[in-house]
Amino acid sequence: MLAYIVRRLLQSILVLIAVGFIAFSLFNFVGDPINNMVGVEATDAERDAARKRLGLDDPFPVQFARFAANAVQGNFGQSYRLSIPVETAIAERLPATLELVFVAAVMALAIGVPLGVYTGLHRDGAISRMLLTASLIGISLPTFLIGILLILVFSVWLGWLPSFGRGATVDLWGWETNLASWEGFKSIILPAVTLCLFQLTLLMRLVRAEMLEVLRADYIKFARARGLTNRAIHFGHALKNTLVPVITITGLQIGSLIAFAIITETVFQWPGMGLLFLQAIQFVDIPVMAAYLCLVAFIFVVINLVVDLLYYVIDPRLRLDRPGQVF
Amino acid sequence: MRVAPRLRLGLGIESGSIFTLILVLALVGCGSSEDTDQATNTTSEIAEVRTFRYSTSGDILGLDPYTHNEGPNNAMKDNLYEGLVHRAYDLSLHPALATDWEQTDPLTWRFNLRKGVKFHNGNAFTADDVLTSLERIRMPNSSMTFAVAAIEKIVKIDDHTIDIITRYPDPTLLLNLPLFWIMDKEWLEENDGMDIQEGAVVSTFANLNVNGTGPFILQEWVPDTRTVLVPNPDWWNTPRHNLNKAIFQPIANNSTRVAALLSGDIDLMYPVPLQDIARLESSPGVSVLQGPELRVIFLGFDQHRDELLDMPGSGKNPFKDVRVRKAFYQAIDIEAIHRVVMRKASKPTGLMIAEGNNGFQPDMNERFPYDSGAAKKLLADAGYPNGFSVTFDCPNDRYVNDEAICLSIIPMLKRIGIDVKLNAQTKSLHFEKISRTQGYNTSFYMLGWTPGSYDAHNPLVQLMSLDGEGQGTWNSGRYTHPRIEELTDLIGGEIDVDKRNSMIREAFRIHQQDVGHIPLHQQALAWGVGNRVEEVKQRPQNDVDLRYVIMK
Repeated sequence: MLAYIVRRLLQSILVLIAVGFIAFSLFNFVGDPINNMVGVEATDAERDAARKRLGLDDPFPVQFARFAANAVQGNFGQSYRLSIPVETAIAERLPATLELVFVAAVMALAIGVPLGVYTGLHRDGAISRMLLTASLIGISLPTFLIGILLILVFSVWLGWLPSFGRGATVDLWGWETNLASWEGFKSIILPAVTLCLFQLTLLMRLVRAEMLEVLRADYIKFARARGLTNRAIHFGHALKNTLVPVITITGLQIGSLIAFAIITETVFQWPGMGLLFLQAIQFVDIPVMAAYLCLVAFIFVVINLVVDLLYYVIDPRLRLDRPGQVF
Repeated sequence: MRVAPRLRLGLGIESGSIFTLILVLALVGCGSSEDTDQATNTTSEIAEVRTFRYSTSGDILGLDPYTHNEGPNNAMKDNLYEGLVHRAYDLSLHPALATDWEQTDPLTWRFNLRKGVKFHNGNAFTADDVLTSLERIRMPNSSMTFAVAAIEKIVKIDDHTIDIITRYPDPTLLLNLPLFWIMDKEWLEENDGMDIQEGAVVSTFANLNVNGTGPFILQEWVPDTRTVLVPNPDWWNTPRHNLNKAIFQPIANNSTRVAALLSGDIDLMYPVPLQDIARLESSPGVSVLQGPELRVIFLGFDQHRDELLDMPGSGKNPFKDVRVRKAFYQAIDIEAIHRVVMRKASKPTGLMIAEGNNGFQPDMNERFPYDSGAAKKLLADAGYPNGFSVTFDCPNDRYVNDEAICLSIIPMLKRIGIDVKLNAQTKSLHFEKISRTQGYNTSFYMLGWTPGSYDAHNPLVQLMSLDGEGQGTWNSGRYTHPRIEELTDLIGGEIDVDKRNSMIREAFRIHQQDVGHIPLHQQALAWGVGNRVEEVKQRPQNDVDLRYVIMK
């Protein structure tokens, strides 16, 4: 087990280097950060001085080597736009994004899985058909449109929820949170719903498909023959056996939730990492872009690892398949 | 059975998915920890009357008054810091930290400083602060050096009197002084704040903290989230505003910003997207405030290369011929752009500076008439009866409808035989391409300009001339005319208002006849204002001076 984890972590370092390299070579095409920084009235001499100070006049390999050497030591440099170290900028934004993703993931699971089970068990019911049709909306409507529609309905027309921002957050031992008060929670509802809708519908359809598959299996028939209750069959046997793909998808989707959060955060001016990243692109804030991409790559790698490990917990067959393996 | 799945799901998950369990438990845990007092406080504060909440698309970049020479940033500095002179919403100049001034000889200006003024930390304001501020604004990496470019030195006469000695007779000294914000000497020394960094290298104290004499005190700056200001109770002047608090909250997304105003989450926002102006005007409780901006949007041509970038091997650069430039000018139907693209939120202009700036000539703002027949003839006379092809560089996220303007120009030029390839891209790429960084890698481009000093000399130096230190930074087509070069230098040092004005007129006339650039229009400002606001003054710089905000 330990060897496995170590191997995966080593692989992840390679992934990070590759991501860093690709990202960095792309930065040559995002434009000149100097103009944003020094203002239009600056003279050519002032521009040159600024470029030199930031090392932007060095050739690409030198810039990348310097970035990599610093990054290894946990130093991602200073944000051009915010004038603070990149680590600080990301640390300030991380809670907002994680909370948003967390609430969205919980909503997707807590609503998507039951709906999937329901539509799987009652696949010809009118409600199931209605739910399946409605789920097409979640899959096909783009996030920003859903966000704007929700704002229009719940903020502008009904006036129930705030239209943007984190609103009243509460400081819990240094973690700014929206979840500790109703006022704060109100601010997270719309962005979280927007963000989770795609995942929710995806999960629902996935669970439904898996349930239909599993319910046809022999051991379910066997269970029925044994006279078990519907409840035991559906939840003890069927649902449990659908969970491997569900967990894979949920895990991987948490990665894409973080990635998709870019759009949701921009629509709702949610001060998380996605917003930070998007504004970094507009400003050509190279250090923030580089650090963000590496962080997201890292999160994906870790999530994949956790998902792999969860398989072992959930599915005993995986443990049995490799009798010689020492964990 | 219908309800059962939901109720009994707990069992299934509990036995199956540890993952979900952890999530659910964590949610319950967070939800149960109560700290509502603080939250209720914050909300009741927000709900409090005369808290002014306003928003635009981007956040301020820092608080150091000598970096980030950029509209919204300068506006925020102006709420917190003051210069010797204050520029009011109508661009008129008023005494601020100086009570009065006089010119004692062509190079010397005597300023009497206001007595009894205190910085936000309680320190008294004296002549030493002005001297230190001058030293600091000239430090390497300052972006505001241009504001004091003419100043040779400042001599302290006594604690409340100074002499400003200029390098040459400078008619625009006062125009630039509002951008020279005064910092506190002791505060800078105590905090090691003299060094200026753009922030890209190290975090500096002065960029994250504020100690000015201005009418507002910084309470909190959370980047990309909010900047909270409270009135300075010890301000020397009687406030005109009636605010208890001002909160600036950037909202990047246009639609969200409009929605936030409509839902009453904010009291003022700008810019209103042109397509939303009509909708906001018809919404109850919201009004739209419009006016012309000081920026002129114009087109420029490469008049330097002997061979146009798009015509390799031909050895020709058509733009060197004034007839070709004029043909382009007359081929553009500015009324159509005004009506259709800008939805009438623009003001066509024939000059490179906009009304409101010093040196604007109202009688010279006529454009060459739109006449594609005449344009075709000019092109034929110049030897291009079949036209030619050219790449048009355009930003797509900098000015109001910039890309749409460029797109509308393509068919207009097509009509006279010019085949335009549009290269519309994001501002950082666009500005890099047309600037010296890439060797002015453009043949035909769009740019917009607001003179930093609100004076005609500024576009002459930056856009319309080349020779001289720091000149022609944004003259991407490298337009030059010997007489304009000469006049630019003379205007810079001419004190006599009439003489200066006639020189400005001469330079502008030559540039017009020469079609050095094609001025298009002044953009219109559009602010959306909520009904809690009694009065707000729209500055043509397109930013909010909190001094002039009155709430109901």
